[in-house]
Amino acid sequence: MRVDGYGRIDRSRTLGFTFDGRSYTGHPGDTLASALLANGVHRIGSSVTLGRPRGISAAWSEDATGLVQVEEPFPEPMLLATTVELVDGLVARGLGGQGRLAEVADTARYDRMHHHVDTLVVGAGPAGLLAARAAARRGERVALLDDRPEPGGSLTGTERIDGRPSREFVADVVAELATHPEVAHLQRTTAFGRYDDGFVLALQHRTDHLGADAPRTLSRQRVHRIRAGRTVIATGAHERPIVFADNDRPGILLAASARDLLHRYGVLAGREVVVFTGDDAAYAAAVDLADAGAAVTVVEARPQAPAHWAGAAADRGIPVLTGSLVAGTEGAPGDGRVSAAVVTGADGARTVLGCDLLAVSGGWNPTAHLFSHVRGTLAYDPALGAFRPGEDLDGVAVVGAANGTLDLAGCLREGASGERPPSADGEPERTPGAIVWRVEGPHDRQFVDVQRDATVADIARAVGAGMRSAEHVKRYTTIGTAHDQGKTSGVLASAITAELLGVPIEDLGTTTFRPPYTPVAFAALAGRERGQLFDPVRTTALHAWHVGAGAVFEDVGQWKRPRYYPRPGEDMEAAVLRECAAVRDGVGILDGSTLGKIDVQGRDAAVLLDRVYTNMMSNLAVGRVRYGVMCGPDGMVIDDGTVLRLAEDRFTVITTTGGAAKILDWLEEWVQTEWPDLRVHLASVTEQWAVFPVVGPRSRHVISRLFADLDVSNDAFGFMCWRDTELDGVPVRVARISFSGELAYEVNVNAWYAPAVWERLLAAGEKHGITPYGTETMHVLRAEKGYPIIGQDTDGTVTPHDLGMAWAVSKKKSDFIGKRSFSRAENTDPLRKQLVGLLPTDARTKIPEGSQVVEFCPDGALPAPPVPMLGHVTSSYRSAALGRPFALALVKGGRQRVGDVVHVPVGDALVPAEITSSVLVDPEGNRRDG
Amino acid sequence: MQLIRCPWCGPREEVEFHYGGQAHVAYPDDPAALTDEQWARYVFFRDNPKGAFAERWSHSAGCRRWFNAVRDTRTYRFLAVYKPGEARPEVAS
Repeated sequence: MRVDGYGRIDRSRTLGFTFDGRSYTGHPGDTLASALLANGVHRIGSSVTLGRPRGISAAWSEDATGLVQVEEPFPEPMLLATTVELVDGLVARGLGGQGRLAEVADTARYDRMHHHVDTLVVGAGPAGLLAARAAARRGERVALLDDRPEPGGSLTGTERIDGRPSREFVADVVAELATHPEVAHLQRTTAFGRYDDGFVLALQHRTDHLGADAPRTLSRQRVHRIRAGRTVIATGAHERPIVFADNDRPGILLAASARDLLHRYGVLAGREVVVFTGDDAAYAAAVDLADAGAAVTVVEARPQAPAHWAGAAADRGIPVLTGSLVAGTEGAPGDGRVSAAVVTGADGARTVLGCDLLAVSGGWNPTAHLFSHVRGTLAYDPALGAFRPGEDLDGVAVVGAANGTLDLAGCLREGASGERPPSADGEPERTPGAIVWRVEGPHDRQFVDVQRDATVADIARAVGAGMRSAEHVKRYTTIGTAHDQGKTSGVLASAITAELLGVPIEDLGTTTFRPPYTPVAFAALAGRERGQLFDPVRTTALHAWHVGAGAVFEDVGQWKRPRYYPRPGEDMEAAVLRECAAVRDGVGILDGSTLGKIDVQGRDAAVLLDRVYTNMMSNLAVGRVRYGVMCGPDGMVIDDGTVLRLAEDRFTVITTTGGAAKILDWLEEWVQTEWPDLRVHLASVTEQWAVFPVVGPRSRHVISRLFADLDVSNDAFGFMCWRDTELDGVPVRVARISFSGELAYEVNVNAWYAPAVWERLLAAGEKHGITPYGTETMHVLRAEKGYPIIGQDTDGTVTPHDLGMAWAVSKKKSDFIGKRSFSRAENTDPLRKQLVGLLPTDARTKIPEGSQVVEFCPDGALPAPPVPMLGHVTSSYRSAALGRPFALALVKGGRQRVGDVVHVPVGDALVPAEITSSVLVDPEGNRRDG
Repeated sequence: MQLIRCPWCGPREEVEFHYGGQAHVAYPDDPAALTDEQWARYVFFRDNPKGAFAERWSHSAGCRRWFNAVRDTRTYRFLAVYKPGEARPEVAS
């Protein structure tokens, strides 16, 4: 129920909302939880495995029970009703421990911001506010973060600081901070993780509290990435529940949370209140609830009530039952809300106290999560009955309740960081609390982790199964692994485990806190890097032309490459067969611009290339091109491509599309770390040069027509030569390189002119039927010639010799990367897998790539399992030139087995295939020169 | 996420760097003179100490220069960074 005269909600305005299908009203400043309690709704949902009624157990993010699914304005599962700010039109429903992801796309924006600060203060309670102010006054750059909608932490407004109401103190400090331009003060911002070297991640909720009025231009949530020279952890403390039988009912609240609901939202969570405590702070709740109109009884675990509070209670007629414990509860039919507390008195007598609110305080757990995230050790403090920061960390200060300092005067003193602390006027002195973690009772109804439905019986089972560490018990029982990550249950789990093991809790210790402190949506972490912004897309200078030509694209790394250009009615197979035939019978053209290109310059350029290629590059003449293979020190092929010698001290190294960045890194690594004496420089020119192979027996006609001053005869411009020419003043480099076995000219031009030169090549080739082709046709044509694709036909375990490329391995060079490995016994094994061709003998079946190759016994049957694997299929296509499907495969001792028939499992069948040379089209090389 | 001090650029975010394995494993002067086992030791074998370890790092998303670092493998803390060719500094872990 709502009480007049309390709370900071705006009662002049009313907000409508729906919960579990029923309509209610609340006010700006409410949370969903406070509005529900104001409307008398105490049961929020049910528990995840036992289905027991569950309500609101705390007023903020430490609540273990009040889980809801929000449907509107923005669908989101597993939110705490206590942290959902009420907006008009909110639609939510209670959960049974599990939510449901939204089925509609999330159209909200999420982003991130970076901060570099001298001092980061987490928590804008009294200690944090003063710490931030002190840093600001020192002229530092400061970030102050706080997870609640308004600053002030646990100050209720009833306190007096420096002779004035505490809210005025808060307003003063906030106003002063606002005058410092280098202070960033963010509310609704949760520091959820702390990492090495002063790095903190925080999540800011920017628009949810605005409801339907939220501007679409604002990101909904923002991740702040903060690098701080010094971090002040002023995150306060969580009140600790006490474990007793049936301690999970709706209407059982932490005492300070009941008080917070009153002062923040004007909500009285019950009329008949039992306060169960062994700690002074709960008396403030008892007194305030009584003043607001509740009938209150205090059940005090200590033999005597603290004098100050005993007097305050007596003034209000609040009975205090000292030396007493709440051992269990009874519940109301219907919503299951608590209806009575079963009290064991000092004399052992049982009393049943009727109540509709049971406010519990077992003391306080410092909120030391951020301290613990980077392995700051926590030490047990017997006065607190809890763990608090137990060591000094560089660049970290922990102040106030997070440090175990529970009185306001102490918080103000620690926050003031050496400045004169404000006075906490009239604050009664705290007296030692009774550390009560558990009241004896039936284990299986004593809930430790209320959200996980995990009880003392579960801990007893874990201990009985031999668990001896807090970390093992956590994993065995799931205590502390739910939505709240054990904010209220962690210390209790340690204490009860220690009790059952018969060891001191300080010897057992506690579990390590890990980020995130509160749940963070993946959408927030992804930020703007979603959809098209997830990963960069690289397109060639001709992309628009390819799109216009109806190309079907494939992703090659980040590149979009045309895979084939279907004509109306064509599928991929038909298009590729047409493109292949066009190239072998006439002329085709490919956009090969994605090939990696590295400009290698310097006096020692040739020395470097001799060391990294298996073959000799230093004797390559200027104007010539050579194919080369690169291996790792282990002798395995890592890349291949061609090298153009432009001058004595300058080469262009062409890599595979996928190897472009990798090979530049590879060369840089060797140059910088092994051979810093080499005078050589490397630069990527992949994006600068567009490359168009013009391929096929009629390619010479196209090139000679467009580049009239180029002598394209074989004598003047032979295979593996390059020539410079120009087109309307634009420099063009033409190279006779063939990846298909056909006569071919690769046209290289500054990418800026690529569309124009491409169009001119198409025009020049029109009467020859020039056919644009894609990567699929390129792959078929090269496979027909047995040219491997590094990374498809190889897998890091394949040498040049395995590929049948012994010719590309220099015997003259004394050394190059990989050479020494070639003479290892393993690399001369005749049964190494070698690249061969495979022709399915039915001339019809296209064998799936990746298929295993097996062999029948002489009697025509498969060997008994495990069937020996001879190798696998690496490439497989239909060939227009052969008129049948074919494959490349790595097969043990394959080159000695040409002519043998092996078998390949395809579906349920075993397809016979004949081993052939890897070169299936034009093995004599007659087509190379046209 | 740690800050790693690039000897050329100063402290930068860990994600800008690329790990390059153990430092001071020089390419053999004459690989052909090595036994198979000696060569295999160069290619495949690396130390894996608990404590201070000299490693190669590359500021791959920054200046793209390689450097060496001594790092404590127990804490991940960088104890020293130094340029290639410089001797490993004496640092207490």
